[in-house]
Amino acid sequence: MHFVVCLKQVPDTSEVRIDPHTNTLMREGVPSIINPYDAHGLEEAIRLKDKVGGKVTIVSMGPPQAKEALKKAMSFGADRAILLSDRAFGGSDSLATAYIISTALKKIHETEPVDLVFAGKEAIDGDTAQTGPGIAQRLGFPQLTYAIRIRELTDTSVTVERKTESGRQIVQAQLPALITVEKELNDIRYATLPHMMKAAAYEPEIWTVNALSFDLTQMGLKGSPTSVSRIFAPPGRSGGEIIDGLNDPAGTAASVVQKLFQQNVIMVNPLMKGGKR
Amino acid sequence: MENFDVIIVGGGPAGLSAAISAANGGMKTLVIERGDYPGTKNVMGGILYTKATDMVVSEFWKEAPLERPIIEQRIAMLSGDESILAGYRDPDWAKEPYNAHSILRVKFDRWLAQQAEKAGVMIITETLVEDLLYQNGNVVGVRTGRAEGDLGAKVVIIAEGVNNFLAVKTGLAKPLKPASVAVTVKEVIALPKEKIEDRFCLDEGQGATIELYGDSTAGMMGVGFIYTNKDSISIGVGAILASVIREQWTPNDLLENLKSKPYVKRLLQGGETKEYLAHLIPEGGYTQVPRLHRQGVMVVGDTAMLMNSLNREGSNLAMISGKIAGEVAAQAIKAGDVSDQAMAVYEARLRDSFVLKDLYHYRHMGQFFENNPHLLKIYPKMFSKAAKMYLTADGTPKKQRQKEIMQMLFNQRSKGGIIKDIYGAWRALL
Repeated sequence: MHFVVCLKQVPDTSEVRIDPHTNTLMREGVPSIINPYDAHGLEEAIRLKDKVGGKVTIVSMGPPQAKEALKKAMSFGADRAILLSDRAFGGSDSLATAYIISTALKKIHETEPVDLVFAGKEAIDGDTAQTGPGIAQRLGFPQLTYAIRIRELTDTSVTVERKTESGRQIVQAQLPALITVEKELNDIRYATLPHMMKAAAYEPEIWTVNALSFDLTQMGLKGSPTSVSRIFAPPGRSGGEIIDGLNDPAGTAASVVQKLFQQNVIMVNPLMKGGKR
Repeated sequence: MENFDVIIVGGGPAGLSAAISAANGGMKTLVIERGDYPGTKNVMGGILYTKATDMVVSEFWKEAPLERPIIEQRIAMLSGDESILAGYRDPDWAKEPYNAHSILRVKFDRWLAQQAEKAGVMIITETLVEDLLYQNGNVVGVRTGRAEGDLGAKVVIIAEGVNNFLAVKTGLAKPLKPASVAVTVKEVIALPKEKIEDRFCLDEGQGATIELYGDSTAGMMGVGFIYTNKDSISIGVGAILASVIREQWTPNDLLENLKSKPYVKRLLQGGETKEYLAHLIPEGGYTQVPRLHRQGVMVVGDTAMLMNSLNREGSNLAMISGKIAGEVAAQAIKAGDVSDQAMAVYEARLRDSFVLKDLYHYRHMGQFFENNPHLLKIYPKMFSKAAKMYLTADGTPKKQRQKEIMQMLFNQRSKGGIIKDIYGAWRALL
């Protein structure tokens, strides 16, 4: 079976700060990582490959330094990595990105038919959750989003448990299909040393705009209808209150409970009112 | 199991230098680093010496991520709010052949790793070497913490840094003692280029260093330091761990104490702390150097205690030791003899170089300061007081003032005591 994983290199947003004066992202010195959701998609693809056999191909779009993320991804046991990298791709929003990646996937599909595509539910730098579904749409693949468990994979179909706002849903689709994944899907493995060594020596393939017949009007800034009108930092949290609990634990507990009542964090169950506590 | 000629444990200056020279000697070479990439876990004050680095990567200054060439070295002795200053400045140091540069290790080590890769070295990161592999008592490889993690090697070079777990496990080194290491904390504080150049009286792009003694370490054996980077300042302080424990300081309080000194505060004013780093520095000196080799193994850099704290030289000792070890490994493997005797060539060459000569020269220093903890406590005070008396124009005739100064000095420390201190310092340092 041929598994394809869509993977993005992102700045580690836990270390990105926003300049309070200019409202721009301070990216300097911020390490780049594999988008965590994508890493779970990769893990699932490799697990399925280990189970049913086949091949895992990684596809990414980004600047040349995204090669690092691909090499790292290879160390988990993937077989091939392709980086779509070209100035012409720069400035693409999720619509244009979905176009570019789906075009590349079509080409891969021609030579090595794809059975299952994995993507993270969203990238942590943009949080749009649009690229995965956009790719599925353009490929004409069914899309199973927010997957938390692969329940069954047969030669012709996949059954997935997905997270919804109100609960869980079990859905099935014919192959080929695209799945976007949540972190709950799996725990990421610790790469084996032979895979690490293979990855260290591996050079990802670079596909530029000339590698495929692209419609140039659908990519880059020109092909991206999204415009960011404003970026701002959410207001900082005001400092909390520290209550000394050493001297009078009972009194402290009472005052904490009282404060929680005042803030409506807790309330007395009306059914118990006047009753025994 | 994959086999290499040389496996190097640790991707710091010592390990990477060893890797480069082994690869240049035609060896199939692997570096195993536990950090995300070489540099992420590596800390030093921040001065890189040109000569030693040039021997590892020729004319590195043309490409390497360096901060500023150092043209001025100042020494400050702090006593309360007072300071005594001395220094040497040479604008020639701003051009080839430079003497030293300030660097940020996270950038420099990563660059050095790229040079190693260019030389044909393979680097595996995020992987811990847990033990060596033995066969009939001979070292034949390493065991990593990963699945299927054994690797074969003819020679293993231990460059794991100051925390010498592997060297201890192999029986070459002893566990670190609090008296043999300094605990050092450092901040990188962002400041605009122009401010740095104004405050340190530098031409564009030039750099300066200040080492601060006395109250900078609350009188403990150690030193504070301030180094100029391109658009930041590295400030830190280190003191022997045993004395930090004894005098109940926390390293952070020590750094805050230094930052609050009037002479220092002004230099940092308006800066924003970008990074906070902490590390141990091996300061055991010559007497604490471990066994440097056994069959199939050599120990280099911080793991080998190769650190000259008085002249704040460490990275250069590390790189030279690594370079020699890499060469010795290549020679030995080519000759088909990796016995302890063959590895001993490494130690012989180190003894023949400034690395062990300098350490031997200062071999009494640690003991001297350990036995005389008063030195860095009372002398800065005495000298400050003397300078103040001598330089304050209050109408006292100079002859009388000089007499008063001598009296003051002998009140603080007896004549015999001073003579003993001078003789001791002479023996320890000269």
